[in-house]
Amino acid sequence: MKDKEFKQAHLLGIEHLSPDDIETILDTAEAFIEVSTRDVKKVPALKGKTVVNLFFEDSTRTRSSFEIAAKRLSADLINFSASVSSLKKGETLRDTVLTLEAMNPHIIVIRHAASGSPYYLTTFARSAIVNAGDGFHEHPTQALLDALTMRQKFGRLRGLKVAIIGDILHSRVARSNIILHRKLGNEVSLIGPPSLVPGEFARMGPKVYYDIRKGVEGAHAVMMLRVQAERGAKNYFPSIREYRNRFAITREIFSLANRNAILMHPGPINRDVEIDTTMADAEESVILQQVTNGIAVRMAVLYLLKGERNETLH
Amino acid sequence: MDEKVKAKIMDEKKMKRTILRMAMEILERNRDIENLALIGIQRKGVFVARRIQQMIKEMEGGEVPLGVLDITMFRDDLHRQEFQPTVKKTEIDFSVEDKDIILIDDVLFTGRTIRAAMDSIFELGRPATLQLAVFIDRGHRELPIAADFKGKYLPTSRRERVNVMLGELDEQDQVLIMEPKGF
Repeated sequence: MKDKEFKQAHLLGIEHLSPDDIETILDTAEAFIEVSTRDVKKVPALKGKTVVNLFFEDSTRTRSSFEIAAKRLSADLINFSASVSSLKKGETLRDTVLTLEAMNPHIIVIRHAASGSPYYLTTFARSAIVNAGDGFHEHPTQALLDALTMRQKFGRLRGLKVAIIGDILHSRVARSNIILHRKLGNEVSLIGPPSLVPGEFARMGPKVYYDIRKGVEGAHAVMMLRVQAERGAKNYFPSIREYRNRFAITREIFSLANRNAILMHPGPINRDVEIDTTMADAEESVILQQVTNGIAVRMAVLYLLKGERNETLH
Repeated sequence: MDEKVKAKIMDEKKMKRTILRMAMEILERNRDIENLALIGIQRKGVFVARRIQQMIKEMEGGEVPLGVLDITMFRDDLHRQEFQPTVKKTEIDFSVEDKDIILIDDVLFTGRTIRAAMDSIFELGRPATLQLAVFIDRGHRELPIAADFKGKYLPTSRRERVNVMLGELDEQDQVLIMEPKGF
């Protein structure tokens, strides 16, 4: 069997990946799942490589997931978070990254509130850059772990219908998922109040619904998004109660989906806001499986990028 | 690189006899079949291992556990590759602790794959013994590694390639020596 060539130098978004790249990442992730089931959860693939977690936004789960992924591949890892960094002292993003690069890392994983900041890093940094969420733009590893979870359940990644419900406007998870499933030719429906699901999203290919029942009908994957209060989501609808009445997933609404459907959520979940508490714990809920798959997908991404330093740039 | 067939070394019948002999030798040297386990190295070693497992079953009636090992993560040349080699699955459903493990591959060449496999297995536990069975030993070792069970010793030159073809993957069972075109 010939090795599949993964030619991406960075992971900035799903946008830059071909369907073959997506399959290669998921196949690699599938092979890494076994490592996390061993007594000794470590392989030496990235021994001697350094990964920097550069997080300018609060994040526990994504940061920890990348951290565990790097460590299970035997990479050295530095966590650099904005709250304790020199950014507070007035350093620019460019200077921060150049300072970190002087320590010779191979891969920089960045989360930043500014859309496009991972791309900006590639214009001057020598490391491989991984986007762990940039503003309202993309969160590629989340979409990849979602795809892996779907592939495990349905045995395929084509001919699926994916319903995404909630704050699409502010969601990089939604954007990465929309792009991924449009690339694979899957049907995507977006559901939420008009203020959070502007009609322009239809231009990316999905169908927009304001009635959750219509949007969820026949879906293989029902993906709930968190109501992001910290991004002012509450200013987009009259009250949480009204939102819950119209857009929360309940057993009754879920029963309209495909009979093998799975319920997904990128977390953290707000019980009894966007997700009925009994549904969060239901058999169809794969929320915790998504977390486990997240580690495998991030291991795959770190492994495939490898972060061979491009010395010719400097 | 384009290559052509230099010689056909074995056909289906011969291969079957060789696998049978290897299975017998493994049983002969490992009296306690209960403690025996096979581990095939991805990819062709797995098929050789399955055949040995089948032969043992036919002779002894019992099923010896069989695991699948991918050594990609333990390769010593990962940092030299232009693209990262494809990682395949490792599936070992039994504990290797205190077992007599037969590590199985199709071709033994430099010994580097076996070195990686040994490192990988010891991450999983401490076997009582670790023995090596290879279908073809083609020489040119770069490490102090030798096979305990050998299907055939086949002296080759470095520019040649030994192709163990198996019905599970290829059109038929045969062993070919390939050489670059133009020689």
